[in-house]
Amino acid sequence: MRRVVITGTGMVSPLGCGTEVTWKRLLSGHNGARKVTEFEVEDLPAQIACRIPFGDGSDGTFNADDWMEPKEQRKVDPFIVYGMAAAEMALNDAGWHPQTDEDQIATGVLIGSGIGGLEGIVEAGYTLKEKGPRRISPFFIPGRLINLISGQVSIRHKLRGPNHSVVTACSTGAHAIGDASRLIALGDADVMVAGGAESPISRIALAGFAACRALSTQHNDDPQKASRPYDRDRDGFVMGEGAGIVILEELEHAKARGAKIYAEVVGYGLSGDAFHITAPSEDGDGAFRCMTMALKRAGLTAADLDYINAHGTSTMADTIELGAVERLVGNAASKISMSSTKSAIGHLLGAAGAVEAIFATLAIRDNIAPPTLNLDNPDVETAIDLVPHKARSRDINVALSNSFGFGGTNASLILRRYEA
Amino acid sequence: MSDIAERVKKIVIDHLGVDADKVVEGASFIDDLGADSLDTVELVMAFEEEFGVEIPDDAADSILTVGDAIKFIEKAQA
Repeated sequence: MRRVVITGTGMVSPLGCGTEVTWKRLLSGHNGARKVTEFEVEDLPAQIACRIPFGDGSDGTFNADDWMEPKEQRKVDPFIVYGMAAAEMALNDAGWHPQTDEDQIATGVLIGSGIGGLEGIVEAGYTLKEKGPRRISPFFIPGRLINLISGQVSIRHKLRGPNHSVVTACSTGAHAIGDASRLIALGDADVMVAGGAESPISRIALAGFAACRALSTQHNDDPQKASRPYDRDRDGFVMGEGAGIVILEELEHAKARGAKIYAEVVGYGLSGDAFHITAPSEDGDGAFRCMTMALKRAGLTAADLDYINAHGTSTMADTIELGAVERLVGNAASKISMSSTKSAIGHLLGAAGAVEAIFATLAIRDNIAPPTLNLDNPDVETAIDLVPHKARSRDINVALSNSFGFGGTNASLILRRYEA
Repeated sequence: MSDIAERVKKIVIDHLGVDADKVVEGASFIDDLGADSLDTVELVMAFEEEFGVEIPDDAADSILTVGDAIKFIEKAQA
């Protein structure tokens, strides 16, 4: 199979607009959580979230007008705007702007979202009830559909290759990158724009995820302490928003045009728990098989792993994942660093796997493991370095990124420092 | 300029994100103002909402310019 490398990244996150600003703030311990002020939250059990820093575009703030015309923004839910922004950043970063028929047809898009346009569906529901069907906008459907990120990106940038999307809850971003890599490996495309985007922060999503008992509800008065993976006082995840997009490219294609290569995508594993709609199987077997498959595909052993970007949502499931990793790595545990960056940016749901795969890529580039914030009192003892509080400089040549979603859907990506 | 014309033009400017000086009565939504077929559906809905009139689909199909919209609404409200 053909080799696939990452040649561009783009990101909109609760720590900022842009990959580098987010990464810098992540390494220095910034925390994106705050009380939600944009809508009524007093009657909600969870009143906090990791919101994108909205602003005029300076100092890492996100200004939607920089990425999509206001009249176009009005027709779509924000997850599409975030995806468009991150995709444009990634294409610019890769320096890939195909002009010829051949190049455009060789470039595809595979961007997913866990939920898509939830808020817009709620509003249309009110319109339907109060004003009737004649008041439903012609942009209602195309502004909410999950695959319309891929559609909009392809139209904007004239990318005429495979146009696809993934919906696997919180594994979406990782599955998108894994599946897009396969399309390149199998020769269906030379370049893929891949990742995930999500804009869930709304009354209905906070109510819905709280009803699933998935959200932190005990830290409403101290939001920056709420996301605390592996800590004994963790009580649920903090909802985040944003997008992460990578440019995946066939190795020879990247070399021929002298592209900057961040890392190689060497492993991808997928599995199903077949256990419960929201809870992971308690023995962590789905996660274990997923990581095992990724290692096998990569032709690596667990002892080759340096850094793991954990799914680590700050729920009870953290220790299940940790147990699965311990089972996987055995005696190599003490040489591995594993952190949950959800401690800083919250849980970006369908965007999480993509944003976190980018973090794993940058961990390789810069030889540094980002921290797990708020890990004051680890719930269980482990020989694995969970990178508490502060980033750790260390050799990182191979990184694994885990994502697990509702429905028992698991994805693991393995990235390796590029070597010719 | 009539009040109706003023309000029609404002809707067109807001929905299509175009400069006010381009929104003249002879301007075609699709050819001159950059609208696509979905934009024109939404424009007609906005006219219905603003003026409290019903514009049936076959009538909507004949509203191609800013002037067509103004004339239709003036007639409907007469």
